[in-house]
Amino acid sequence: MADRVDVLKTYKTYVGGAFPRSESGRTYKVYGKNDQLLANACRCSRKDIRDAVEASRAAFSGWKSLSAHHRGQILYRISEMLEGRKEQFVEELIKSGISKKQSRMEVDAAIDRFIYFAGWTDKYAQIYGSINPVASDHFNFSYPEPIGILAVIPPETSRLIGPVSMIAPAIAGGNTLVMLASQTHPLAAITLGEVLHVSDLPAGVVNILSGYRDELIPVLTSHMDVNAIWNSVEKQEVMKQIDENAALNIKRVVHTEQDDWLDPRHENPYSIVQFQEIKTTWHPSGY
Amino acid sequence: MSDSSPDKPTSPNFDAALDFRSGWSYSEAPESSDYIELDENYGHYIDGRFVQPSKGRYLESINPATEKSLAKIADGTGEDVDAAVKAAGKAFKSKWSGLPGRERGKYIYRIARMIQEYARELAVLESMDGGKPIRESRDVDIPLTAAHFFYYAGWADKLEYAFPGRKAEPLGVCGQIIPWNFPMLMLAWKIAPALATGNTVVLKPAETTSLTALRFAEICSDAGLPDGVINIVTGAGQTGSNLVNHPDIDKIAFTGSTEVGKIIQKSLAGSGKRYTLELGGKGANIIFEDAAIEQAVEGVINAIFFNQGHVCCAGSRLLVQESIADLFISRLKDRMETLIVGDPLDKNTDIGAINSKAQYDRILNYLEIGVEEGAAIYQTQAELPKSGYFCRPTLFTDVGQSNRIVNEEIFGPVLTIQTFRTPDEAVEKANNTPYGLSGGVWTDKGSKIFQTGRALRAGVIWSNTFNKFDPTSPFGGYKESGVGREGGLHGLYPYVHLTS
Repeated sequence: MADRVDVLKTYKTYVGGAFPRSESGRTYKVYGKNDQLLANACRCSRKDIRDAVEASRAAFSGWKSLSAHHRGQILYRISEMLEGRKEQFVEELIKSGISKKQSRMEVDAAIDRFIYFAGWTDKYAQIYGSINPVASDHFNFSYPEPIGILAVIPPETSRLIGPVSMIAPAIAGGNTLVMLASQTHPLAAITLGEVLHVSDLPAGVVNILSGYRDELIPVLTSHMDVNAIWNSVEKQEVMKQIDENAALNIKRVVHTEQDDWLDPRHENPYSIVQFQEIKTTWHPSGY
Repeated sequence: MSDSSPDKPTSPNFDAALDFRSGWSYSEAPESSDYIELDENYGHYIDGRFVQPSKGRYLESINPATEKSLAKIADGTGEDVDAAVKAAGKAFKSKWSGLPGRERGKYIYRIARMIQEYARELAVLESMDGGKPIRESRDVDIPLTAAHFFYYAGWADKLEYAFPGRKAEPLGVCGQIIPWNFPMLMLAWKIAPALATGNTVVLKPAETTSLTALRFAEICSDAGLPDGVINIVTGAGQTGSNLVNHPDIDKIAFTGSTEVGKIIQKSLAGSGKRYTLELGGKGANIIFEDAAIEQAVEGVINAIFFNQGHVCCAGSRLLVQESIADLFISRLKDRMETLIVGDPLDKNTDIGAINSKAQYDRILNYLEIGVEEGAAIYQTQAELPKSGYFCRPTLFTDVGQSNRIVNEEIFGPVLTIQTFRTPDEAVEKANNTPYGLSGGVWTDKGSKIFQTGRALRAGVIWSNTFNKFDPTSPFGGYKESGVGREGGLHGLYPYVHLTS
């Protein structure tokens, strides 16, 4: 009997809860170990960025208004779905050139990281909010609210745990986002979109694009409807360009050092709080 | 109405407006200013002493109510800024960062106390230099300034409790640039948290309102604050730019316009310097039909006419529910007619002088734009002094969301009025702006307050009140109104590096 011919996967993007190909109609080749051709990834364009930002803006008001408990449930659901597809991700990482042991560790860490942040959704406001004892007859309180639309630029080298470590706290805090997958290793991040899609995450909360970073970073970071940028590309000229683009509409920028993303240091509430605005409300007390 | 009119109403008072003005006259009640002693020239305060500017250039500090010069202040050059940054760097390394929090706190407490001791003098000087009514500088600006130092003094030895799971370390030298609308209060918002967290400071006050900051420098000296911990360099935009771009600055804190904020953010690109920006606003003040009308009228007056409207968080866009709009606007006009515009040092004055000629021209330009755009202008009959920069309280009705006077920050006693039918429409209009600093909600219904407050994309929400400030209460904007918070526990974050 002849060997069965494998079915290859067409890697697309994840935008607005759908999996469209790039509007550009263009792709680029993604290679794995020993320069083996793995796939043709979408080479996204300016228009894809605009569509993705639009999708995240459309999703923002619903996502931020969902109860914190509900957001936690959905993040937990993502872990469950990821657990179920563990082997698929391990295999995808191995193909991309990572050792089997390392791949397993990375997928396990990714699953646990979603659970970790799932547990924060209904707690960080209690720790990082405050009741302020003002010196007048007012009841005054402050609480964190999501900042809005995030541009997320995960590290070029980390295939899965880097993107997960940035997506989880961002959406745990009620933000929506557009993420640029690694240019050379985009496949696991693109596949992650499929997991998010079956986890009851509302359409548009997370949008994932692939392509040439030097084409996409300037467009995404200068988009006037993006509120904040989380970047982990450490090249000085890229960081400077991002900072300058941020100044167009006072985007908040966090540059995260590229390091060991498996390290549990990445599990902390400050990665949620860094993309929160503090809202303070004054209310008079009296008869 | 004459007797021959066929529609003679039954009530003789049917068209009577509330008239508070005629029949009432106020005697002058000027606050004495004869004991304010000013030097002819002021240098910079660097490394614990006053020094002359390196190029010997000075700027006039004008009293906007008289258009006369009060004193000359140094025009800071790159060399002056460099000397100040060096002094601050030296003080950070050799003294301040190593001082136990408890001892740092005691210095800040001393400063708070001395501000209280000099409160009246500072208030009078603030009103002379900046044009704000003495009632406001005396009852708001200076007491809040002292309270702010007092609040942060207490944090200096308690920082380990402020950031769960993290250790706070100071950043180093903070360059701080403050505006002219609340000179002393903004100085306190900048300096108090910086000192409490162990940083040292180079502060540049606004060129039209530097005199109280220089008086503050004397207070620091009197309080025995180590040399170089606080440095004050005066000057205009170029001096600020020198400070922003100085390589040995670790953090920039700026309060001012969004336009300048963007320039600063861009010039800091790639530098790794930390920054906080507290920028412009176009706050919506939403009046629902179930609001207590008279209270809401008072609130609107306070929201837009407090400090001549030179308030970044002013409620400059009034959104009033259609069903009560006519009544509300008529009551508002009645109340506006009672506002006294005049001598900032007179205790009867409600609205003082516009801070500078430049700002006065800017406001007048916006009044012209408003009229050209087809809006209906209403100004009160208030008498204005013969000299000085004064502007009557002004309303614009018949405005749309796309009018420039609705979109752009005017920073003067100018209110635009729009109407709405549903709460959703009010929120939509309120949020339809690149700014996000403040918002007001007036209603008798608690649940409506929380729902509306939550929907507004702004950092400070005043419900059934407006323009209230407190050292414990974080303040700052969403979107293009800024980055970071000042005040309260959250106001510590911008001045610390957190390590695990």
